[in-house]
Amino acid sequence: MYRYDSYDQSIVDARVEEFRDQVQRRLTGALTEDQFKPLRLMNGLYLQLHAYMLRVAIPYGTLSGKQMRKLGEIAAKYDKGYGHFTTRQNLQYNWIKLGDAPDILAELATVEMHAIQTSGNCIRNISSDQYAGVSADEVADPRPWAELLRQWSSFHPEFTYLPRKFKICVIASDDDRAAMKLHDIGLKLVARDGVIGAEVYAGGGMGRTPMVAPLINDFVPEDEIISYLEACLRVYNRYGRRDNKYKARIKILVHEIGLEEYKRQVEEEFAHMRDLGLNPPVEELDRIRAFFAAPAYESGLPDAIDRADPAFALWVDRQVAAHKAPGYAIVNISLKPLTGIPGDASAEQIDLVATLAEQYSLDELRVTHAQNLVLPHVKKADLYAIWQKLEEAGLAEANLDLITDIIACPGLDYCALANARSIPLAQKIAQRFAAAERQAELGELKVKISGCINACGHHHAGHIGILGVDRRGVENFQLSLGGSGAEDTSLGQITGPGFSEDGVVDAIEKVTDLYLAERESGERFLDTYRRLGMKPFKEAIYG
Amino acid sequence: MVEFLSFRDGEATQEPSVTVEAFTGQTNSTAVRIEAGEDARELLPHLDRLSLVEVNFPAYGDGRGYSAARILRESGYQGELRAVGDVLVDQIVAMRRCGFDSFHPAKPLDDAAVDRALNRYADVYQKAIDGRAPVWAKRHPETTNG
Repeated sequence: MYRYDSYDQSIVDARVEEFRDQVQRRLTGALTEDQFKPLRLMNGLYLQLHAYMLRVAIPYGTLSGKQMRKLGEIAAKYDKGYGHFTTRQNLQYNWIKLGDAPDILAELATVEMHAIQTSGNCIRNISSDQYAGVSADEVADPRPWAELLRQWSSFHPEFTYLPRKFKICVIASDDDRAAMKLHDIGLKLVARDGVIGAEVYAGGGMGRTPMVAPLINDFVPEDEIISYLEACLRVYNRYGRRDNKYKARIKILVHEIGLEEYKRQVEEEFAHMRDLGLNPPVEELDRIRAFFAAPAYESGLPDAIDRADPAFALWVDRQVAAHKAPGYAIVNISLKPLTGIPGDASAEQIDLVATLAEQYSLDELRVTHAQNLVLPHVKKADLYAIWQKLEEAGLAEANLDLITDIIACPGLDYCALANARSIPLAQKIAQRFAAAERQAELGELKVKISGCINACGHHHAGHIGILGVDRRGVENFQLSLGGSGAEDTSLGQITGPGFSEDGVVDAIEKVTDLYLAERESGERFLDTYRRLGMKPFKEAIYG
Repeated sequence: MVEFLSFRDGEATQEPSVTVEAFTGQTNSTAVRIEAGEDARELLPHLDRLSLVEVNFPAYGDGRGYSAARILRESGYQGELRAVGDVLVDQIVAMRRCGFDSFHPAKPLDDAAVDRALNRYADVYQKAIDGRAPVWAKRHPETTNG
């Protein structure tokens, strides 16, 4: 894992003091809320329906046991005892007092964490693959690149007042576990003639105008990636729309001027910028890479797992993924208990996972964009002990990628932007399909719920997506089918007229029944939908 | 409170600036004002006769002026580069980094706050226009001549 040096630490510490000063000026009335707003947003502090919400960055979703423990402590001390893991691999506290925010940032800084650029029209937290470094199929660990980009994008002098927020993702596997093409810029590492470089995709995103990012460059070598990204961002900063915030993301620019014209402008800018000395030397990427070197795995570990306990065997089959080192496994921890809030964890649960990471996972854990957690380096021999501890803490749900592993935004229960409540709907769906056999029968089925058109719950990328809208003062839910945030990225299509909360659960039951009746051997829900098209599903719903 | 802030040696340029359209259409003016959305590159053929470029920020959140400033400096412009309009104390550092060397904000700035802002961060992560060595250069002095 990356560790701060004195430079990194001094920058984060300076930020804490700057924000303390700004909050003080706000509390004494020297700053009005209008003047304060852009400053607090640069520190991830939002004013929500009931309180301030603080969003903490978890760079590329990787953290240590000590960092996780600190997140739990903050939840207990400053929040109502919970943290909410987000689709950006970050963590949000929903019940923060303004006066406490500087102290929270100071506590985060003691474990090399911050809330810098977790909101505002700037480059946000860099996201990545939760299996980075441990999956067998990656060409390189993408996290050193993500850390290089984290540093480059922090307090970037030219790109802090962009037309709109800007999200970058880095992956390095053919299997896309991070919805890379649904980012403003997505990078996929590839090797060419022994050199690592990136395929660059630009102009993807969700929100009210979802777009899958097209490829704009099939190989940018590692020693030019910063100057290339500066060129991409500069074209966007200069020409992205600023007249309408709903048309201000880079996807609209790429769409309106066309892919070829955007590429041409980027190339022109890059030709100018590549010789300005903007790229760190390769030694800097090497320095960062050393932090992510594979840990010293033990050899000769047993590969067999004792499956005598059927509940444990069920959990292993669903939650455990293949690790590149023999005798090791990747453990996925579900934050989707059937009656809980997707992505929420209590202070005690956070503390437990921190301990498990320290004891069993070489002091490392990950957050996924699907709002779950991962212990990346677990000995197979330790799986049963881990499962027992998770079970006691209510964290042993075996539903990874099943219909109850629902992504949901905070919705109208917390968020000032929402039109509808996402959480109660997620719970109703989870309860309707709670039976383990039924979930297993339905197989991989990604349900994603957004409480408004901003699409924080990734509904466009759901095999089944749900969008909450306000219809003349009544919550209404639109259903869409066929989206995917994986390597086969696609956007869901709306089925037709919307539903009440109960009505949408009924509609989901109808489409899943149709899937079970019509599927061919080995087909997931998504595959059957793609083969049959919308028509029969529509008939099943609206008949 | 300060109404005008300069980091240049000597007097600030007093000549009133003209629009980009007027400037490129005539030959005697040496001061020009770029509005957000105008292309700074239109000035590149005329850099040698310019002594002042004003870049207007219609709202603090409109960041186009940062790119305009960097483009001018990257192209060798040495004259005064002045940020005008909705320029707030919290933006002075980024503007300095992009090459602005004078400021004429719509609302006066608290000079103590400006001082604090300018001295807050001992280090920066990126190479920009202000000549500050980024952290990566300090980490690798042998390969970056830093």
